[in-house]
Amino acid sequence: MLLLVTGLAGFASARCPVVHWTTLLGLAGSLFLAIGGSTVLNMWHDRDIDSIMLRTCNRPLPTGRVSPHEALLLGIAMSALGVGWALLLQPLYGLIVFAGLFFDVVIYTLWLKRRTPWAVVWGGVSGGMPVLAGRALGLGSVDWIGVLLALAVLFWIPTHILTFAMRYDSDYRRAGVPTVASVYGFRTARWLVAVSSVLAAAAMVAAAVGIGMAWGYLRLLAVLGGGLLLLAAGTLLRPSENGNFGLFKYASVYMLSSMVAVMLEVL
Amino acid sequence: MRALRPADRGLLLLAALAAAWQIVVGLEGQGTLATVSYTVAFGILLVADLLLIILGFQALDSPVVVILSTAIPLGLAVGLTAEHVPAQADLAAALAVVALVAVTIPRLAGWRRAGLATLIPVHGLAGLWIVGLPVVTVVSGRQPVPFLLVALGGGLIGLGGMLLAFLKAGRPILSQPAILSLFPSLLLATTVALVSGFALGQPILSIGG
Repeated sequence: MLLLVTGLAGFASARCPVVHWTTLLGLAGSLFLAIGGSTVLNMWHDRDIDSIMLRTCNRPLPTGRVSPHEALLLGIAMSALGVGWALLLQPLYGLIVFAGLFFDVVIYTLWLKRRTPWAVVWGGVSGGMPVLAGRALGLGSVDWIGVLLALAVLFWIPTHILTFAMRYDSDYRRAGVPTVASVYGFRTARWLVAVSSVLAAAAMVAAAVGIGMAWGYLRLLAVLGGGLLLLAAGTLLRPSENGNFGLFKYASVYMLSSMVAVMLEVL
Repeated sequence: MRALRPADRGLLLLAALAAAWQIVVGLEGQGTLATVSYTVAFGILLVADLLLIILGFQALDSPVVVILSTAIPLGLAVGLTAEHVPAQADLAAALAVVALVAVTIPRLAGWRRAGLATLIPVHGLAGLWIVGLPVVTVVSGRQPVPFLLVALGGGLIGLGGMLLAFLKAGRPILSQPAILSLFPSLLLATTVALVSGFALGQPILSIGG
């Protein structure tokens, strides 16, 4: 859902003088299908480790409510429809949506997730694709502002994923999935979270300046980013489970609010 | 600690939206110092509302709560001074920085008595200024009557800050459950009073500028 909002925000940031509802519907529909399809394929591939982890053992595949065959068919169908719709809408947009799906399913899930904790970087690259795709659909090309928006999401992903992995560390260890916290320790993970929070906030503000957002919205983004930095610094200086969970949740609120601010500003 | 109810979350969300609105559209046309000071004050209110929604009242356990809850009235006091008594703006900003440092050091060092000894006058003086300055400007005819809502907001934020500060200092004025049940409504009332006061009471003239 959050990635879908980033796609809509990327499109809004292009400030198209005329917005056709068919284009907007196509953007939302194709992104929904592609993101949903990649999520289903991820759950299909990870059903073995999902059944081991307490957090995910009640998902439809581990509990048998959905068969692996059904999930695979659904994932492929949604992905193909999403990418196909995106290509029909605009070839460049479709290519970026496909790249996001490829990075998420093939590079992140199938290849790297169980091998290296740095798979999170590719998860971030994949996560940055919807906002880049949305802007490319609006502009007809890829520009540096779109790249900055994608970087903001890319740098936000480690804050989101690493704080989550620390909260469910025993789950990930039980399933044998390497995370930064389990391989390099919690301290390194917290430093990475702090650095990525700074970079995410900086990229977001730089992109907002590039878009030409009004001062009021820049102030709002600065305040929200300041909160993110404060929480990241707090978890670094006084590590606690509560602080870590707060940062995880706030990071999502931060990204959602920032993207909604981008959309509201152009209305 | 008492859990946050859905109604509390609703009140906090409204307070967060009001603070965000003030940051986005309510500070246009101000000078740099006033804009920065008000942004700090409303920004802390906004982030505090969001953290309370996310973490519940456990967010109040953080040792930085007292420091941040002091920065809100200090930011408002400096902003009001920069806006209405611009000749004293630099002095007010310098005093606010000294006050914030004076509140921060004892908190970080764990000096409980010194912490209370600095907290009471800082909150008290900042609160008096936020309540007093709007009253003076309205009585002298320089601001329209709705600007008194800023004084009301100042009074409410002073009340909230003192309740919280004494609770954190281990000498609560009211019981903890009573303070926590009041807190979301108090935050919303404070933010709405301040935002509507600033929106309806646009400045006409300034003193000593």
